[in-house]
Amino acid sequence: MSIPHKNYHKDQPNTWTLAKTRKALTNKEITLEEIYKAVDKAIAQTKNLNIYLARDNQALTKTHQRTNLPLAGLPIAVKDNFCTKGLITTASSNVLKKFIPPFESTVTTKLQQAGGVITGKTNLDAWAHGSSTETSDFGRTLNPRNLDYLPGGSSGGSAAAVAADTCLAAIGSETAGSIRQPAAWCGVVGLKPTYGRCSRFGVVAMASSTDSPGPIAKTVEDACIVFEQIAGFDPYDSTTANKSVPKLTEELNKGIKNLKIGLLYSDIKELQSSYKLIEKELAVFERLGAKIEPVKALDPHYAIGVYTIVQRAEVSSNLARYAGVRYDLGRTQFGAEAKRRIMLGTFTLAKGYADKYYLTAQKVRTLFKKDFDQLFAKYDLLVSLTSPGFAKKVGATEGQAMFGELEDMLLEPSSITGLPGLNVPCYRNPQTNLYLGLNIIAPMWREDLMIRAGHAFEQATDWNSWRNDQ
Amino acid sequence: MITTTKNSKYELVCGLEVHAELKTASKMFCGCVNNPFGAPKPNVYTCPVCLGMPGGLPVINKKAVEWTIQLGLALHCQINLFSHFDRKHYFYPDLPKGYQISQYDQPFCYGGYIDTSEGRVKITRIHLEEDTAKLLHEIVDEQKISLIDFNRSGVPLVEIVTEPNIKSAKQASEYGKTLRQLIRYLEIGDCNMEQGGMRLEANVSLRPVGSNHLPSYKVEIKNINSFRFLEQAIVFEVERQTTLLNDNKIPTQETRGFDAVKNITFSQRSKESAEDYRYFPDPDLPPLVFNDSQIEMWRNELPKLPKQVVEHWQTKFDISVSLGQQLIKTKTQSSWLDQVFELAQKAKISPAKLANAFINKKLPLDSAILPQTIIDQFSKNNQTTAIEEDQLTQLITDLLNKHSSELARYKAGETKLLGFFIGQIKRQVPPSTNISQINQELLKQLDRKT
Repeated sequence: MSIPHKNYHKDQPNTWTLAKTRKALTNKEITLEEIYKAVDKAIAQTKNLNIYLARDNQALTKTHQRTNLPLAGLPIAVKDNFCTKGLITTASSNVLKKFIPPFESTVTTKLQQAGGVITGKTNLDAWAHGSSTETSDFGRTLNPRNLDYLPGGSSGGSAAAVAADTCLAAIGSETAGSIRQPAAWCGVVGLKPTYGRCSRFGVVAMASSTDSPGPIAKTVEDACIVFEQIAGFDPYDSTTANKSVPKLTEELNKGIKNLKIGLLYSDIKELQSSYKLIEKELAVFERLGAKIEPVKALDPHYAIGVYTIVQRAEVSSNLARYAGVRYDLGRTQFGAEAKRRIMLGTFTLAKGYADKYYLTAQKVRTLFKKDFDQLFAKYDLLVSLTSPGFAKKVGATEGQAMFGELEDMLLEPSSITGLPGLNVPCYRNPQTNLYLGLNIIAPMWREDLMIRAGHAFEQATDWNSWRNDQ
Repeated sequence: MITTTKNSKYELVCGLEVHAELKTASKMFCGCVNNPFGAPKPNVYTCPVCLGMPGGLPVINKKAVEWTIQLGLALHCQINLFSHFDRKHYFYPDLPKGYQISQYDQPFCYGGYIDTSEGRVKITRIHLEEDTAKLLHEIVDEQKISLIDFNRSGVPLVEIVTEPNIKSAKQASEYGKTLRQLIRYLEIGDCNMEQGGMRLEANVSLRPVGSNHLPSYKVEIKNINSFRFLEQAIVFEVERQTTLLNDNKIPTQETRGFDAVKNITFSQRSKESAEDYRYFPDPDLPPLVFNDSQIEMWRNELPKLPKQVVEHWQTKFDISVSLGQQLIKTKTQSSWLDQVFELAQKAKISPAKLANAFINKKLPLDSAILPQTIIDQFSKNNQTTAIEEDQLTQLITDLLNKHSSELARYKAGETKLLGFFIGQIKRQVPPSTNISQINQELLKQLDRKT
């Protein structure tokens, strides 16, 4: 059973947005028991999609005394690379198959302090290495929109959990596309915050210099609600910024009148057919009072090289701790993708090669930053397709070692420079029920601008499958 | 001199790498207690960060950075205004993350020196890193097993590296002792060598006398836990390498351990080519940027250093250099001693005698004691004990009554009889009785009897 375009049903509270459910709870139009019952049912019905690796059967009991908090005791799914105290955390790798963290990540701590309840841990590409969930040691997740297709990744489980209405929102993490790309493939909203906005403490590290936790949700508003609760400075993560968290929910309806938007990558030949499909959608921004025009940016193909080298280097270092001394399932349990990345990263950091590869990559990374600086001197926002095309078929990664890098190519420039980005659904193929996503990028720390554009677009178009839930 | 024998064709080329643990309250990158030797049992001072758990992230201990820079300033180093931490990768069971957070190309301090009696030893660099856990090899149920104690994992560790310009074994150990004294003096480390709070590694090679080139090989000696062993190890190596070179053999580039029982070094592993630690800047830790005024502030916070203090004591209080050096321990103790000596001088007590009493007469050397209390105690120890006033008065009255003729002669002007009276009283009181007290009381009564 695949999920049709319209998710919202009046009688199924699991298909409501977080914003609506919260209101309904306050107005006593619904109870948490009813919500959890509906969610449990949805999870049971989508078991074949392999969305969850672990579930908390006591979730409903934890809603106690949380109803007055911002997240009101509502069920949230969390990607399985966030350490959750007492709840198994595997990063989808056999190496951590038995790992029960004795501590809680900062993001999940905040989530729960704000009244959210973690109902389960979602599947991902092992160690978040990939854009399909196919590298997971516990099997791939299927795309709820069309079961013949992949959900994207690495936060594929979280995006699928939202698309299948098995939770009211989810937490993902992005290193280069891992929130936005699966959100695009599953037709949901994914918000990748500025690097340093959300704490990485307790998140199984992939590439430390770009890892960014963030929400995956049904609507831009829902994403903003969750963002406000999980963002902020963390004394346990030196790379978080000591900045106040913007009240995004108060910015939502400010519109985009007179904003200047640059359209990225529409001149790249292999993307012509996809851009053609969203031509009309891009015109929506003009109707809303913004100016949009194509811009010339540094070729994203270079970002693949930079990202591949930097990320592999950091991966080879971050995975060095799983040597088998303390996690009894040691390095023999690493999957093929992790092994490839460790080998490549070790090579690019080796004496005599580090200058040629790692340091050169870091220099090109700086060029990308300069390129964005000059673009943002002229434009308030930049938009592009999130992914070069629709979701790929199940099995598509086979023999494709660079699968993820190609699918994430349009997101890598903003990821390696730490910029915030937002995916909103912007097109649906009525035959396959698969989506294209629009990637909206803002300058550092300007998530407010990005969500204003995303929300305005969502309201003005018909592509969000929950938008008619009022 | 015990190094290169006078007739040798070769001269020593030696550099030292010294590791010292800093005694900050918490560890280098987490909030765990930094007290591995005082821990009640293994693995109590641990957390996800120093255990290297998934998602653990380091946060810099600012105190440790400050102390490292102050040590650098005390050793005449330059300070890098831009610095960062790097990951140094290698596999060992006591290294939970598979890498050590250290500093590679931008250490906090560079280019300092320590002056020794055999000349200046140049310091190349001082950097800050984290200590490893501790391996315990034990036999349990007749099985050889290795256990890991993570109490030490993540303890701040400074590494002080010299240029290869140490010329003798004696100079190496003098350098090390001076360095240890300074670290203890600044109260940033205990440098307990037996517990591994300070560890010495010597790089030893030989070159023909008169040559300016570095030798083509280098022998690293590890596991040296005393300055005596350091000297012995270098002397042994010089002899071993001399024999090889005389046979036209180049000593192998290797790491050697020191066997303190047999008093020899032994090969541990060959180090034909440099190891590849795949250093790169730790992406979990932003770079550290300092400005000149910050460095100046730290420089101004530095106390007077041991050498200056000893000189100051000599000029101001006439305390000999050797005595002064014995009294140098920590900066707190030195400033306390300053106060004690000042007070002594005011009270007309010789500071030098006082200094001597600290070393030789068990006068308590404890900065927790009020300086005035120390002065009082010193005076008491050195002054005669007082006698009960009533008792003394009675003694004198009896004496004068008994010797009425002498009293009359005294009254007549024979004042030298005072000595006779005193002598008589002294026979009747304990030998330590305060003479001036007797004197005073005696004169009082003699006058009254006029």
